[in-house]
Amino acid sequence: MFPFTLEKAGSTQVAIAAAASGARYIAGGTTLVDLMRDEVERPERLIDINRLPLGDIRVEGEDLIIGALARMAEVAADENVKRLQPLIAESLIEGASPQLRNMASMGGNLLQRVRCPYFRMLDAGCNKRTPGSGCAAIEGLNAGHAILGTSDHCVATHPSDVAVALVALDATMRVQGPQGERSFPVEELFRLPGDTPDLEHTLLPGELIVEIRVPSGPHARSARYLKVRDRASYEFALVSAAAVLAIEDGVIREARIAAGGVGTRPWRLRACEAALGGRKPDRQAFEEAAQLATEGVRPLHHNAFKVVLLPRTIVRALEMAGEVA
Amino acid sequence: MAENSSEMHSSGPIVSRREALQATAGAVALAALPLQPAAATSSPAGVSSDIAVAMTVNGRAHTLIVDPRQSILDVLRETLDLPGTKKGCNQGACGACTILVDGKRIVSCLTLASMHDGADIQTIEGLENDGELHPLQAAFVEHEGLQCGFCTSGQIMSGLGCIAEGHVGSPEEIQFWMSGNICRCGAYPGIIAAVADVAERS
Repeated sequence: MFPFTLEKAGSTQVAIAAAASGARYIAGGTTLVDLMRDEVERPERLIDINRLPLGDIRVEGEDLIIGALARMAEVAADENVKRLQPLIAESLIEGASPQLRNMASMGGNLLQRVRCPYFRMLDAGCNKRTPGSGCAAIEGLNAGHAILGTSDHCVATHPSDVAVALVALDATMRVQGPQGERSFPVEELFRLPGDTPDLEHTLLPGELIVEIRVPSGPHARSARYLKVRDRASYEFALVSAAAVLAIEDGVIREARIAAGGVGTRPWRLRACEAALGGRKPDRQAFEEAAQLATEGVRPLHHNAFKVVLLPRTIVRALEMAGEVA
Repeated sequence: MAENSSEMHSSGPIVSRREALQATAGAVALAALPLQPAAATSSPAGVSSDIAVAMTVNGRAHTLIVDPRQSILDVLRETLDLPGTKKGCNQGACGACTILVDGKRIVSCLTLASMHDGADIQTIEGLENDGELHPLQAAFVEHEGLQCGFCTSGQIMSGLGCIAEGHVGSPEEIQFWMSGNICRCGAYPGIIAAVADVAERS
């Protein structure tokens, strides 16, 4: 690990000022410490934000508010989360391990870096780690990589589960930075790799995620997260799907679907959603809608199975959501 | 030896030949300039300043000066001479280094000691009571929840967390909530039986 200095932020203002002058935020550290040890990340200054008062989980009107420093385990076990947004609890429990969920913050979860093995191999080409060095995954072992949103420069998937749920639920996030405060949809946090895969998110220099806001509604209780992976727990998704259904009088009034494990960012599937509006929630409707998920896919040597697995996962997730609707 | 090889693994990123050559060249340059102050050859920020932290480990208070890079795992093993907590993968994937910090199970390899001033830490060494094994330790023996034993201290500390969290309703539930601990020998049935046994009795 390269040397660094560690500062502890006593206030949000102090933290933002430090980050604006080059320090990196650290909360749970489960991504950053690991990558620093591998020398993929080499920050010279860290600002520890764990003492900032950003860990609350609360209800405001119809909205669920999750502080950026709330730990994954705390959010998953929170009674308001389980009652108002069970999809968030379910997706969190499917991610990482109990130990890591006790450590990792919600803000850090959204900003976690990719799990592409070549990102960690210092002698392999990786445009995300070293811009211009190429992408070893495109011609390498790429069973776990993306089929949607890829470019000739990067094919890594975004690894978060809860981000998929938050994108499906139209969650927004509030950030504070040197220029003040702003809010925007969680979906807009994530960039496509394009020809600058080293730029992963849309936060401005020094900006700090403060909280995540999840709007409530009739859809929220009939929502399920299905994660398909190589082992039954503690593994990243090959394909995952968050499915949200609002059903009235036996007809789908609104559907929301997002997928993980297939895109270079959490992947909202609006064409599938539109195809379900007004339909009866049956297998035929689900299958027809799910077929639209693979429009524009670019499979690689080892991950063409995802083109088949994605619609199947969506169909099953929709059926699961229909069962609780 | 095991200790040394795990240390090598911990500092063992894949280094390219180019980087290795550069590192060698740097060392040569330094050796050739004995009058050059060391600080002048490194970037001003390329220095870790040590940090004082207070920690309670198994009920004993310690004040330590740590390098900001040191994990709690390394502090336990190397500074406090508590090698019961094991270094397996050193990247948060295997669970062998699981300890309780403020009552919660975490992986100590990804936890910087410098960020945990005031932490209350429990390790495997703190479980026995006057020579009597903790009930979960005894249950691991009784149910043969181990073979080689390397993952066992992490399994037991994780098992304590699992029981405290209440995720012990069925063998399947225990299996899911113990999945952060890998056992290469495959002693899983015994591990689950031991956790279930103690959960029932407590």
